[in-house]
Amino acid sequence: MAQFRVCPDSGFYFDKNAESLMKANAVAGAVFLLIAGLLGLGVILTRWQEVHLLPADVFYQVLTGHGINALIFWIIFFEIAILYFASSTLLRTRLAAPRWAWLGFALMIIGALMNNIAVLQGNSSVMMTSYAPMQAAPHFYLGLILFAVGALIGCMVFFGTLVIAKEDRTYEGSVPLVTFGAITAAIIAVFTIASGAIILIPTFLWSIGYVGHIDAAMYRVIWWGMGHSSQQINVAAHVSVWYLLVGVLFGARPMSEKVSRMAFLLYILFLQLACAHHVLVDPGLSAEFKVFNTSYAMYLAVLASMIHGLTVPGSMEVAQRQKGLTKGMFEWLRKAPWGNPVFSGFFLSLVIFGFLGGITGVVMGTEQINLIIHNTIYVPAHFHATVAVGTTLAFMALTYLLIPVLFRRQTFLPWMAKWQPYVFSAGMTLMILFMLGAGTLGVSRRHWDMDFTGAMLAFEYPGTAYTMMAVAGIGGVLGVLGGVMYLVVTVGSLLFGKKLDESAGLLQGFGVPLAPSSYTVEQPERLPMAPKLAVEEHGSAGFEAPGTFVLAMFLLVCFVVYYFINWDYLASVWPLS
Amino acid sequence: MSSFLPPAERNWWSTPVGKQEVIWVGIALVWCLIMFLMMPYWHLYGKQNLSSEAYQTTPAKFQQRVDEMVAQYQVGEEAGMPIVKPPVGSDVYMLGRLWQWYPILELEKDQPYRLHLSSMDWNHGFSLQPVNINLQIIPGYEMVLTVTPDQAGEFTVVCNEFCGIGHHVMLGKIYVKEN
Ligand code: HEM
Ligand SMILES: [Cu+2]
Ligand SMILES: [Cu+2]
Repeated sequence: MAQFRVCPDSGFYFDKNAESLMKANAVAGAVFLLIAGLLGLGVILTRWQEVHLLPADVFYQVLTGHGINALIFWIIFFEIAILYFASSTLLRTRLAAPRWAWLGFALMIIGALMNNIAVLQGNSSVMMTSYAPMQAAPHFYLGLILFAVGALIGCMVFFGTLVIAKEDRTYEGSVPLVTFGAITAAIIAVFTIASGAIILIPTFLWSIGYVGHIDAAMYRVIWWGMGHSSQQINVAAHVSVWYLLVGVLFGARPMSEKVSRMAFLLYILFLQLACAHHVLVDPGLSAEFKVFNTSYAMYLAVLASMIHGLTVPGSMEVAQRQKGLTKGMFEWLRKAPWGNPVFSGFFLSLVIFGFLGGITGVVMGTEQINLIIHNTIYVPAHFHATVAVGTTLAFMALTYLLIPVLFRRQTFLPWMAKWQPYVFSAGMTLMILFMLGAGTLGVSRRHWDMDFTGAMLAFEYPGTAYTMMAVAGIGGVLGVLGGVMYLVVTVGSLLFGKKLDESAGLLQGFGVPLAPSSYTVEQPERLPMAPKLAVEEHGSAGFEAPGTFVLAMFLLVCFVVYYFINWDYLASVWPLS
Repeated sequence: MSSFLPPAERNWWSTPVGKQEVIWVGIALVWCLIMFLMMPYWHLYGKQNLSSEAYQTTPAKFQQRVDEMVAQYQVGEEAGMPIVKPPVGSDVYMLGRLWQWYPILELEKDQPYRLHLSSMDWNHGFSLQPVNINLQIIPGYEMVLTVTPDQAGEFTVVCNEFCGIGHHVMLGKIYVKEN
């Protein structure tokens, strides 16, 4: 019989099995983030040319490890925890097949360790993308495959849990929006893992000699079929987390269920098709394919993100205005709980994802503009804005909620938690902005030495490129400090944080009576639908969230201006046809 | 508190959408369409477009074509590498291999050339500096594009796709002379 406890602070119900699995996955994720962060420090201190910390071979090894541990292991472990939360906890149901879930977890751990060992042994410094025909040791690929199988099992457990919830009728009406977003992420994950299998399994067989040849161009197209859609998993997951956090923090409801859900659907329909923006300057792909793939397939997903970009802060604004924060355009924002890391982490993640990650991504994914950006350090700058701030910081903000709610601990060093999102995003923003700049000057990514020491021919980047990489270096160090603060708070809370037996009065409790948190419940009451609201207009000019609209228009103006600046820059380079 | 509760209305798909969201979706959609149209527009009126001309090849075949060009049009040598000055408008070749771009090319300003690029071993990145044109060079594939250098001077090809321990010494040169 399943056992549940109700969190007296939040009112969330936790199935005992699901709870342990969420804890295990979240903690594993944090451990891999720690590894990734330390390796990231080595990377940035080498790219900062005046410091130039590591020798070439170690640099490439460390960069391979940084990319894989951060982008794959940290994020996916945490996402599995989110899937279990969004199904079992949010729908008040027991987790399907907990043994399978533990098997998946074990496979993920084994796979991640195996891959890390391969990289550590030194003959697998092939970067996260492992482009054939450069070859890594067989257990490099095998580790990734095992990890993917484990993650696939996690997705299946998630779907199974949804089925159980439906059969047991544990909720009324439709699934909540947050769960809907998680379903999106999981569906895309299944597609992703399928195309990952299509490319990684032959590559593994090739590395042990069973397959003679892997076509290098085909590898890139299929690899990015997986590589890009896996980024869509992240977007769907962190957008769901944003919706969850505005719900928890402000009692916000989506401005329109329909619009937000349609936007998630657009992710499913269009995102996993889009691989072309990674291969825009590869030989032999037709212009029609590239234009179609980047626009039809991608812009509809961009549209979806632009919609969430309005509706997430918009729903927060509506909720704040209903509480009476109606003065002017921005009182709802000024009077937000800026000292609460759950809020500041969420909001910074949203802003930096939109302004830095979103805009740069669309610009460099434009067929012709990609010519002036491909493989420059601009590219890692872009995806640090999307995954290293957008996704990672959203997950960090969620962690600050989970410490009391899931782990039932008081936050260790709350002042540090309070500052962490600011330090992390300030550092990362600095690094991102200056790497964008250096990329525009042509500085290449995955490159050990801007001085080209030992080359037969000589080349010098302009002095500004060095300055930019140095400032990026300072930003990166600050970012790593922010990452360390996160780990000190989380690990400290789990080890030394005061245990919360009774309600600590941390959250408003969502109307659930406060009770000691023990596993007393056999089956929670059915999850009710959200209460109906009397329709009220709190904004001006018929707009429910005018402040958000102003912010969204500001984003659009930045977007348009920056987009055309890049066309202008493109027009200045050598004619090609 | 309803983003994580089931929607308040059972038929949430038929509840009306607020004016603000409708307007924003409209604006965003128009913007996406403009961005879409910019790409075909640039194919018609812009000067920087990548051709989709490419052939499957083998390292040996490509190497042979490079060697023929070098034998015919070599005009000098720098750092042990031949400098080649092929005729205006002709097919010119450059190969990437661990860890050099070979050979050095000498071109005339404002004249078109058909540039063929391929790799002998792994992926390489053709990154022309300081112009900042970046192309992915893949073994087994020969990419052909028409370039018209519109500045005179010394240009460097940096390798910007990771290609092993010597990646950072992989440089090539293109000299563009006024005619
Ligand atoms: C915390 C501080 C971090 C610092 C200082 C940092 C620094 C860097 C730098 C400088 C690069 C580019 C190196 C190059 O191409 O030469 C890089 C690459 C990368 N980073 Fe980070 N990073 C950090 C965190 C993260 C996080 C949180 C993620 C993901 C969630 C991440 C994912 C990646 C990936 C996927 C790459 C590409 C690796 C490759 O080219 O194969 N980083 N990082
Ligand atoms: Cu190379
Ligand atoms: Cu290289």
